[in-house]
Amino acid sequence: MRLGPGAPRLTTANYDRAVFAVIVGLGRVGASLALRLLEEGQEVSCVDEDPDALARLEAGLGRDWVAAGGSFTVGHGLELDSLLAAGIERADVFVAATNGDNTNIVIAQIAMLRFEVPTVVARVLDPRRAEWYESQGLHTISPTRSAIDLLEAEVRAGQARAREGGT
Amino acid sequence: MRILVTGAGKVGWNLTRELLEKGHDVTLVEVSRERYLVVEQELERRVVYGDASELWVLERAGIAEAEIVIAVTGDDEDNLLICQVARDKYGVERIVARCNNPRNRQHFELLNIKPYVSATDLILRLIEHEVPRYGLIHLLDLPGQGLEIIEMELGEGSPVLGKRIGELEIPEGSLLISVLRDGRGFVPNAETELREGDQVLAVLDPALEPDLTRYLGATGSGQ
Repeated sequence: MRLGPGAPRLTTANYDRAVFAVIVGLGRVGASLALRLLEEGQEVSCVDEDPDALARLEAGLGRDWVAAGGSFTVGHGLELDSLLAAGIERADVFVAATNGDNTNIVIAQIAMLRFEVPTVVARVLDPRRAEWYESQGLHTISPTRSAIDLLEAEVRAGQARAREGGT
Repeated sequence: MRILVTGAGKVGWNLTRELLEKGHDVTLVEVSRERYLVVEQELERRVVYGDASELWVLERAGIAEAEIVIAVTGDDEDNLLICQVARDKYGVERIVARCNNPRNRQHFELLNIKPYVSATDLILRLIEHEVPRYGLIHLLDLPGQGLEIIEMELGEGSPVLGKRIGELEIPEGSLLISVLRDGRGFVPNAETELREGDQVLAVLDPALEPDLTRYLGATGSGQ
């Protein structure tokens, strides 16, 4: 499953049942993803060490996160108790989206190797490590790499326009 | 040997110093600019400034030629991943990791990052180390100083019950340093009266162990 901007939107219609996603880290990326999935009718369980992270979710949602069907666990992704409380054992998808690359890489490996979650993806800003871990079988998304690629495409487009204009 | 150490905290700095004294070729990597500048005054070009989680920092520090990588930062995720990358990407033969939080041990096991060293575990093991021979617990052995600390419990048959510590004739070279009574510990003085059930901590020359336990009629505790 790709969660990038070009990925097909998930809807319950595409699946026999709702997808159960565990998302660790409720920064801009994690919280937006969690909201999008919940609004589509997926089952979403979030983990963040900051109890106030729930406020970010609810601000985006405009109502009570738990009443809307979401789950929230206060804890660190390295604590197995927090992951278990969040329901990792029955997760279809695990997303490691904390603001730390290292934390994401470690907890994604825990989800993959210890809990055998079928789909695991880690947010890794550092493009070189994202690439290397990808080659090792850990699925990574590098926002930095995406930005570089998009910016490069813009530069190429500008280059092409300049060339056309010049001839 | 060519050794790469990451994290110039107390452990990393002292380790680097010792390894250099033993003639090894050591490079230390430190992420904090402030700490780097302090350590650099002593280690000069042996210390490299940068985040050892970043591949280019490891490469600049010479990871490709390292025979051992020792990750002793204060962050377990960093230590795990530095060792993982060292072994699996750069083919470093030996890795050693520091595990700061004993609850993270299972993650080191899961990712097969071994050996890992946990100071907390080492101290716990010393405390839990039980020697039933005299019914006492060895809390700490200081072989270099010829001293040890043991814990004993005063049972109902102890000949010293009701006596003040000042009256005792404990063997020369031993000292009662603390009493645990009703779940509370305190440092006794000469007026402290010993009671049944007291747990007594003593520091002594290990050779005096049989004399002291016999004199106190210790029955052992925590067994």
